[in-house]
Amino acid sequence: MSLAFTKPSKVYFFGTCLIDAFYPDAGVAAIRLIEREGVRVVFPTGQSCCGQPAYNSGFPDQARAVARQQLRTFRQDIPIVVPSGSCAGMMKHHYPELFAGTEAEAAARAFAGRVFEWSEFMVRVLGVRYTDRGAPIRVTWHSSCHAMREMKIVEFSKQLIRQLGNVELAELAHERECCGFGGTFSIKHPAISGALVNDKVDDIQRTGAARVIAGDCGCLMNISGASRQRGLPFEAQHLAEFIWERTHGT
Amino acid sequence: MAPETFEQSAERALADAQLRKNFAFAMGSFILKRQAVFSDVEETERLRTLGNAIKQRALSRLPELLQQLEAACTRNGIRVHWAETTAIANRIVLEIVESHAASRVVKGKSMVSEEMHLNAFLGSHGIDAIETDLGEFIIQLNGEKPSHIIVPAIHKNKAQIAAIFHEKVPGAPYTEEVAELNAIARRTLRRRFYEAGIGLSGVNFAVAETGTLCLVENEGNGRMCTTVPAVHIAVMGLEKVVEKLEDLPPLLRLLTGSATGQLVTTYVNLITSPRREGEKDGPREVHLVILDNGRSRIYQDPQLRQTLLCVRCGTCLNHCPVYTRIGGHAYGFVYPGPIGKVLTPQVEGLEKAGELAFASSLCGACEEVCPVKIPLPALLRRLRDESYSAAPDGAAVPGRGCRQNLAERLAWKGWEILNTHPRLNRLVTALLGKVGDCLPLGGPLERWTRYRSEPVFADRSLQRRVREEGIPDE
Repeated sequence: MSLAFTKPSKVYFFGTCLIDAFYPDAGVAAIRLIEREGVRVVFPTGQSCCGQPAYNSGFPDQARAVARQQLRTFRQDIPIVVPSGSCAGMMKHHYPELFAGTEAEAAARAFAGRVFEWSEFMVRVLGVRYTDRGAPIRVTWHSSCHAMREMKIVEFSKQLIRQLGNVELAELAHERECCGFGGTFSIKHPAISGALVNDKVDDIQRTGAARVIAGDCGCLMNISGASRQRGLPFEAQHLAEFIWERTHGT
Repeated sequence: MAPETFEQSAERALADAQLRKNFAFAMGSFILKRQAVFSDVEETERLRTLGNAIKQRALSRLPELLQQLEAACTRNGIRVHWAETTAIANRIVLEIVESHAASRVVKGKSMVSEEMHLNAFLGSHGIDAIETDLGEFIIQLNGEKPSHIIVPAIHKNKAQIAAIFHEKVPGAPYTEEVAELNAIARRTLRRRFYEAGIGLSGVNFAVAETGTLCLVENEGNGRMCTTVPAVHIAVMGLEKVVEKLEDLPPLLRLLTGSATGQLVTTYVNLITSPRREGEKDGPREVHLVILDNGRSRIYQDPQLRQTLLCVRCGTCLNHCPVYTRIGGHAYGFVYPGPIGKVLTPQVEGLEKAGELAFASSLCGACEEVCPVKIPLPALLRRLRDESYSAAPDGAAVPGRGCRQNLAERLAWKGWEILNTHPRLNRLVTALLGKVGDCLPLGGPLERWTRYRSEPVFADRSLQRRVREEGIPDE
């Protein structure tokens, strides 16, 4: 237990497939922020996706094959930091189920025990303190369902934002409600998913925030896609990228 | 004309602004009411763990407890009937009604009777089934089905109810005053209780040890249905049995707190026998019809069995972002919302109802509030697996494998190959970075862009960026 909260000299970074293809700036920012605390970051090239898309869509064999690729790739016994509550939840809570009764069960459990969501790692393990260098801004925060209900780390994400003196955090009225992404759900049931994301966008707009910050790029892609289509002014940004922008140079 | 698909019903509901407003308002207030009685997070967690344990224990001894229940009921003078299917259950009820030459049945709220489509069945045999729960009364007047398992007319607002009463109840004036609307229902129903030869009710919990039927309600109509007519018929699903009376207080606290945010309901009925010698009231006969309808098959599978923990509080509906937007009717079956998505495909089969299991973002809001901790997202995922499963035998769910198709199989196989071959993956990602924004607008992308702009591929992937920055691989 106590070992998990000792500052490690080296960690793995799992970039997630969405950050790799769509939001590399968020990944780079998350890595730089860890390195700035004096921790060496290892980014194994063999990594890909956590496997959740197939796992949630009725294709557990394909999910297992892709998850096994991560088990093979992240072999050293060091923390695995993940800039997504949803992918972290998959690796921490669902890998043991996915591999239950297989030869990889023990490996999956050990792997799961090393997984940290990025903001959780920054606060609980590194205990970072930030000084805000940015201009005054009002932002709102979107909690991903899995960050909230599986990883239960939203408080850490918000703690990071609250460390920024010039940032006003305006909470959403319906923070606990899903944005409607749900992976393949968004394309299997576009109308329901669309209704959800439009309600989320309305909620964001009502806060008067210039930006919505989130820790999950699935939600961000969904929310920013809907707000862009409606021509709304607010931006959507990953927490790590936001923190890097506000604290750069410290 | 082909029946509406789930997707079409959902779209129709989403386009109904009044419906969405009614649900958003009602579900929002139910969430707040629940929060108020379960404000102590740790205590609530302990209570939910206890509720889960009580129901798990009952399920682990289900066959034995059902026999014990039958023996105890029989000892108390309650006649027990077993129904494997809804058709058999309907037939049993009809025989009882006909044996008393009754033409009217007053009904307390019962989802099992909805599952049986009992009203239509009795109607086809010339027997009037009269709903006496206020919500059920409203929708019966309007020829509708319940849109929620606890509050069946919740899709209607005050003005809509006023219009239904004015139009359908002879002599009723148009009024939006709640007290007056209640009085209209009361006047109409009060007479029905005295006229009916049979009262029918559901059961919230059946206690095996004592042969006690527990029924909670807020309007007193349940008490009237079970005490005024000469004959009381109770219908229940076989999962409603619990071991002993001491199990009831925590379960009732969980049920009513979760359902309506009440500490206790206005009426808690514990029915243990018909009228005894020397007693002045109560029915002369009490019958208990125990329905299977697929439940014993669900029971065979250790994971799916958790479906049977459900106490039908409806709080998963109230907290579901999908239910809140489309309402209960769009689901097209008796049980809507998260528990409906889990139960219905198992009872009706995956061909007919499997689509429901996919109509969820797996957000987990339902599991978080379920008073008996049913792992609803995991069960939805299991039903998705079953839908595509190629495993040939021992189908736990009827219709297993019905969604298998080459296109999806190839797509996921391709996804697997990409994500297990790093070089190929990097190559494809790099390619998408170049031409990804010129992809033809078809298939999944078309469905995505109905409500969103296209996702923009980064010029240089994270994989490339970290190599450029010199971040080590090992």
